[in-house]
Amino acid sequence: MFDLKALYIPDTVEEALELLKERPEARVMAGGSDNLVKLRDGHLLGLEWVSIFGLDELRQITLDDDGTIRIGPLVNFATVARHEIVRTHIPSLAHAVLTIGGPQVRNIGTIGGNLCNGVPSADSASTCYAWDAQMELRSADGVRVVPIPEFYITAGKVDLRPGELVTGILIRRESYEGCFGAYHKYAMRNAMDIATVNCSTVVKLSADHSTIEEGRIAFGVAAPTPIRAPHGEAELRGKPVSMATVNAAATAALSDTRARDSWRAGKAFREHMLAEIARRCLVKSITRAGGRLIESSSK
Amino acid sequence: MTPVSHPAATIVEPDSATIAHPLDALYAEDLESGDAPAVGQSVTRVDARDKVLGRAKYTDDLCPRNALWIKVMHSTIAHGYVTAIDTSYAEAIPGVVKVLTCFDVPDRPFPTAGHPWSTDPSHQDVSDRLLLNRHVRYWGDEIAVVVAETELAAKAGVAALTATYDELPFALNPLDSMAEGMATIQEDYPGNVLAHSRLSVGNYAEAIKEPGLIKVEGTYDTGTVQHCHIENAICFAEAQGDRITVTTSTQIPHIVRRVVGQALGIGWGKVRVVKPYIGGGFGNKQDVLSEPLCAWVCLQVGGRAVKLDTTREETFVSQRVRHAMQIKVTSWLRPDGTFAARKYESYSDQGGYASHGHSIAAKAMNCFHELYQCPNVEGDTWTVYTNKPTSGAMRGYGIPQAMWAGEGHIDDICRQFGFDPLDYRLKMIMADGHVNKFSGNENYFDSPRQTLLAGAEAFGFRQLHAECEAQDPAARIRRGAGVASFWYNTGVWPIALESSASRMVLNEDGSVSLSLGETEIGQGGDTVFSQMTADAVGVPFSDVHVVSTQDTDVAPFGTGAYASRQTYVAGFTIRQTANLLREKILAHAHELTNMPVAQLDLVGGRIVRTTDGRELMTLKELATEVLYSMKHSEHIAAESTYQIKTNAYSFGCSFAEVEVDVDLCQARVVRLLNVHDCGTLINPALAEGQVHGGQSMSIGLALQEELLFDPRNGKPLNNNLLDYKLCTTVDHPDLEAMFIENPEPTSAFGTKALGEPPTCSPAPAIRNAILQATGVPLYHAPMTPHQLFARFTETGLIGESLHV
Repeated sequence: MFDLKALYIPDTVEEALELLKERPEARVMAGGSDNLVKLRDGHLLGLEWVSIFGLDELRQITLDDDGTIRIGPLVNFATVARHEIVRTHIPSLAHAVLTIGGPQVRNIGTIGGNLCNGVPSADSASTCYAWDAQMELRSADGVRVVPIPEFYITAGKVDLRPGELVTGILIRRESYEGCFGAYHKYAMRNAMDIATVNCSTVVKLSADHSTIEEGRIAFGVAAPTPIRAPHGEAELRGKPVSMATVNAAATAALSDTRARDSWRAGKAFREHMLAEIARRCLVKSITRAGGRLIESSSK
Repeated sequence: MTPVSHPAATIVEPDSATIAHPLDALYAEDLESGDAPAVGQSVTRVDARDKVLGRAKYTDDLCPRNALWIKVMHSTIAHGYVTAIDTSYAEAIPGVVKVLTCFDVPDRPFPTAGHPWSTDPSHQDVSDRLLLNRHVRYWGDEIAVVVAETELAAKAGVAALTATYDELPFALNPLDSMAEGMATIQEDYPGNVLAHSRLSVGNYAEAIKEPGLIKVEGTYDTGTVQHCHIENAICFAEAQGDRITVTTSTQIPHIVRRVVGQALGIGWGKVRVVKPYIGGGFGNKQDVLSEPLCAWVCLQVGGRAVKLDTTREETFVSQRVRHAMQIKVTSWLRPDGTFAARKYESYSDQGGYASHGHSIAAKAMNCFHELYQCPNVEGDTWTVYTNKPTSGAMRGYGIPQAMWAGEGHIDDICRQFGFDPLDYRLKMIMADGHVNKFSGNENYFDSPRQTLLAGAEAFGFRQLHAECEAQDPAARIRRGAGVASFWYNTGVWPIALESSASRMVLNEDGSVSLSLGETEIGQGGDTVFSQMTADAVGVPFSDVHVVSTQDTDVAPFGTGAYASRQTYVAGFTIRQTANLLREKILAHAHELTNMPVAQLDLVGGRIVRTTDGRELMTLKELATEVLYSMKHSEHIAAESTYQIKTNAYSFGCSFAEVEVDVDLCQARVVRLLNVHDCGTLINPALAEGQVHGGQSMSIGLALQEELLFDPRNGKPLNNNLLDYKLCTTVDHPDLEAMFIENPEPTSAFGTKALGEPPTCSPAPAIRNAILQATGVPLYHAPMTPHQLFARFTETGLIGESLHV
């Protein structure tokens, strides 16, 4: 039994946006895998809800004419992981969402819901950062597109204004073409867990695979929001493919983080792991891109 | 579709053509003919289909739809007194029927432990529990209840209650609790020590003076863990006439009846307890939990049906946990590795209330000098109250903690002396033929050695150990092999009563209904009881129907599921009652066939003449004829009580292969094999299931699980299944079990303890494997990445900065 004051079930996106405009205090319910847990724990009581779960038009993954990948916010994780467009162009997103929860959660949880939760640990978030994703936000009065780092304000808070719905997660062709990614979720068990820290990287190599043209490093649970690591990325751009480059980038990336001490994990521990998983993600990304790395044998 | 992999686990799409379950070869069809003995067969569980189809009834399924909901208000301080509770807002909420507080309950303390009652006051359990508590002993203690028509109203009611407290100093571990200046937690125990016992063999003080002795010392400790049974504790109560019925998810229905009677101050015969199928217990439900409170609330609302369900968060805090134990082991050894003297010193964390009390710590200490004999042993163990959730029974009952310390210590000795851990155990472990004077248990078959040798061979331990010893010292992904043994008993005689009653009733169709006090808690008890009954009576397995639900109004007395006792003790009463039933059957067969009883037998449901094997009549024909006979009618039934005055050693060991990713501080169990000598297997498939479950629990203890508390206020930090890292299936390797069936001579069917033994040795085997892999001994369970990080940093295995 849940304490819902009212539940509205619109048939179209337009209807949903009109409802949200009329009721700026109403909350949006997609899969419910986060909201119902909050309700059980005594939060969000006595509110009105608009369920968008039935809006299949928000459940597609398509490739626009200009090559933009458009992921509907209601796509569940199981579908994201299976979808040909994802697996062809941005497979690290498939890997990332497969680390979420378990099969049941992946069948009901949506990528839009995951991102709108605004938590720094979301497995889809750091990978969306690494792919330079943009959020399409629609209201009854118009549409705006926001790069994902601007969408995240602080822990638990995203720039989703009253009356707005996320209607697309966009990844431009120049962000993914010729690029290769990797994701690492560091957690305390192998399923049904939230990341202690996570990392997602993307690299683009020169035609002869000897130089890194561009590298992106994103972290989860290294700050109140998911973040990119610009100092780390500066150590990749134009540098030779080598373990020295990888190590320098991982070390520099650490300077972009603000890991905290908590009972779940201490700061020194988090920082050690962030640097280590950044290193491993870069090795994987570079290797997938065709780069050859020789691991030195001793510490 | 290509498999997708991610760093933590490989996800592989199942290929149905290649999946073959190793148990497929063992599963027999339900036995139709009845000529083959049922004991020893992997028959399908008698409750399997109903449970899979959702037809099996659990407590919530039986609760009346119009029952009122009870929700509990919990203390938000770790230690102190409730001075007042403002109930006015709660009472005003629509749907709230009644609010009751710690100021309304009778001052009648009762014991909660699932032990048979003792008529000797000095052996009775501590009675320190009130229905609701003014003196709160831990964050989460129960102080008030709201009774309402809906769950939401009850929850809202609790949220609307306000309590004020006088706070007292609190302690979150035994040493702080025993320190000068700490407040008294239980009034009868100033100084906060519930009990202290000593062990003394030979003369330790003199023995350590022997010249040339080498001392090996270590302090090992285990954290607080919880059972995490799938069904949270739940009960409902309803009055009928001047009696009250409590339906509950419990392991101990008859004991619940007694304690509800004690708590309410009414005759125990006025209480009826019904126990349907339950979703696991593992010892948490070997305590009387919410039943007395539920029964009392029922009476406060005029006898209406009331239900008390608990959440997972409440289960972690307000029920029972395993005793966290700190154990210091000191061994004085000669250069050849033999023991001159050993010392054991331990503190067991009792939490806020007595529950099973000192029994766990005492059992742990008393096994210490059994597994490895030493002529001079000194031991002290203290059970100490703290302001934390109450510790009670949990699978293994002190032995997992004792083995964590003892078997980790054996490998520490081996490392210091350069001994091989397998060879050292083979040399030093309990002697063949050893007899324990107190229990009379005898090591008839040199089982500890047999299980070690058989397991080592099956696991390839020696070769693996050698390979791991020779791995590149600079490798950052490292492998290790570890071994650990354990000691266990069967049941509780001679420390406490062992008594089991059963009743068998013959139905007209030749089937036999079996009722007994021993109970199914998900382990497969009903199935093995049916198998033993089939063979003891002489009917096909499919003709035995066990009455699963214990109803204390009709079920024979039993103390319940604990101490790995039930298959052993049930075997005796089943055989005895079966013999009584057979006597009656054959006496009637004699009347009907004129053949002497000595020339008759009941085999596979047929009355058979032994001299030529001719079938004279079926049991079905006999049963129908006798019940409705105009000449000599009888409702053929038999009932008896068997008091068990024997016990039995149950032995085994674990072998573990572990891979350690040093830089990520992650240890992964690659392989785990348990070897058990638990006597004759009644049902090999179910036995294997028991082993897997115990291994899983032990992997959790070893690597992942710990209930943590905020040092500032004693509040539990992770009392939920997200932050309490219970294992998932992908946190385990394929779990392997092996059995050596040495029929136990004292046992009716050759069987002995298996319920708890599988939890006793995997954790130290994993610890010892990590020791070999990394050279780093670990002392605290669980060996989480946080602990590995701290220890690897401390020992220099992890450097300050990234390597190149």
